[in-house]
Amino acid sequence: MKRIFATTALAVALSFGAGISTAQDAAIEARQNLMQLQAFNLGQLGAMAKGEMPYDAEQAQVAADNLVALARLDQSAMWPEGSDSFATDKTRAKPAIWDNFSDLMEKDQALVEAAVAMQEIAGTDLDALRGRMEQVGKACGACHEDYREPKN
Amino acid sequence: MRRIIVYFLALALIGVGVAWAITMPRPLSDDALSGHTGDAARGEAVFNAAGCAACHMAPKAEDDARLVLAGGQRFPSPFGTFVAPNISPDPEHGIGGWGAADLANAMLRGVSPEGAHYYPVFPYTSYAKMRPEDAVDLHAYLQTLSPTQQENAPHEVGFPFNIRRLLGGWKTLFLNDDWVLETADTEEIARGRYLVEALGHCAECHTPRDALGVLQRDQWLAGAANPTGDGRIPGISPDKLDWNAQDIAYYLQSGLTPEYDSAGGHMVAVIDNISRLPDSDRAAIAAYLKALP
Repeated sequence: MKRIFATTALAVALSFGAGISTAQDAAIEARQNLMQLQAFNLGQLGAMAKGEMPYDAEQAQVAADNLVALARLDQSAMWPEGSDSFATDKTRAKPAIWDNFSDLMEKDQALVEAAVAMQEIAGTDLDALRGRMEQVGKACGACHEDYREPKN
Repeated sequence: MRRIIVYFLALALIGVGVAWAITMPRPLSDDALSGHTGDAARGEAVFNAAGCAACHMAPKAEDDARLVLAGGQRFPSPFGTFVAPNISPDPEHGIGGWGAADLANAMLRGVSPEGAHYYPVFPYTSYAKMRPEDAVDLHAYLQTLSPTQQENAPHEVGFPFNIRRLLGGWKTLFLNDDWVLETADTEEIARGRYLVEALGHCAECHTPRDALGVLQRDQWLAGAANPTGDGRIPGISPDKLDWNAQDIAYYLQSGLTPEYDSAGGHMVAVIDNISRLPDSDRAAIAAYLKALP
């Protein structure tokens, strides 16, 4: 009886643990997919900035609008505590994120501002677009500087 | 018997003499600066290319604080933790009392005005290849920045690495100013070589080191363990990085990879400096990386 109890307790504990990790995995996947979407739209603008693709005002505007919408998404549920690089190798998010969450939020806000600045000119001015790409790059780097592990 | 003792004493004396000579600081010759007068505007370009602010600004400094070179950033390594010093123009806490020759000796020879060896965490192993005139221009520029009275923190380095004189032996064996890419076929590649191998000191992180901390020139820019112990610094030699030259230049300007991921870690601070250089310099860096075997 005792043994059955212990086994059941263990099974419950294990499945609970698995449940946590699945929820965390889903959050990690969600935020990674969000960053992929941002990269895709930024890539449209970047290709025009670099001259790899002819400047298309309409397409540039769509990409910039998307970037703003994506940057503004509420990500609060995508960053549950413990979904960090110490817990799983599925993410390079450093645990330091959760020690400095308000700093992260400020940097996230800077990305929104950079995206809005891009949105204002993307459909009209290729030269300005080139300059504002750098602002967006800087906003991305601001978080990745302190809060992302290097690749192994 | 007495003869043997004298013999051994003489031998010991020679040994001490040789060790003394090997570990002696070797400043530049007096005529190395050849009457060059410092130009602060040119010095600013040297400052950005050499990435001084990335290590010497206060931890987490942003915007204007980037130009207050208070020091204090910590650099862990297998030999101990080094702390960047104050190099602002404060005469007491910084380097305001230095002449141009002092800065040139520090950067090209790793020797302090008092004649002590610096630790190679200060990348004089790369700056050894820089033109002395560039150090003079940089000196003129550094004098224009804001002084700060920030006290220097000591390095946290244990025995035997805390004996600076030993670094003299290390330098005799390993410090040299030979180009790794021996021939630069175009002016652009030569400029890129100067920026990568000398001022930009890219190899200090991107090239692996042996147990004595010496860069492995046969694995030039092939990627290395992060000295903090955290993950790896990626390789940027042609067999490790397949980006085209334009992608490399654009990354150094915007921090964005060809996949529109961004730079991370210390590279963010590097790009903050390199992005201030003219387009032609970033193109030169790319041309150099592409010209590596």
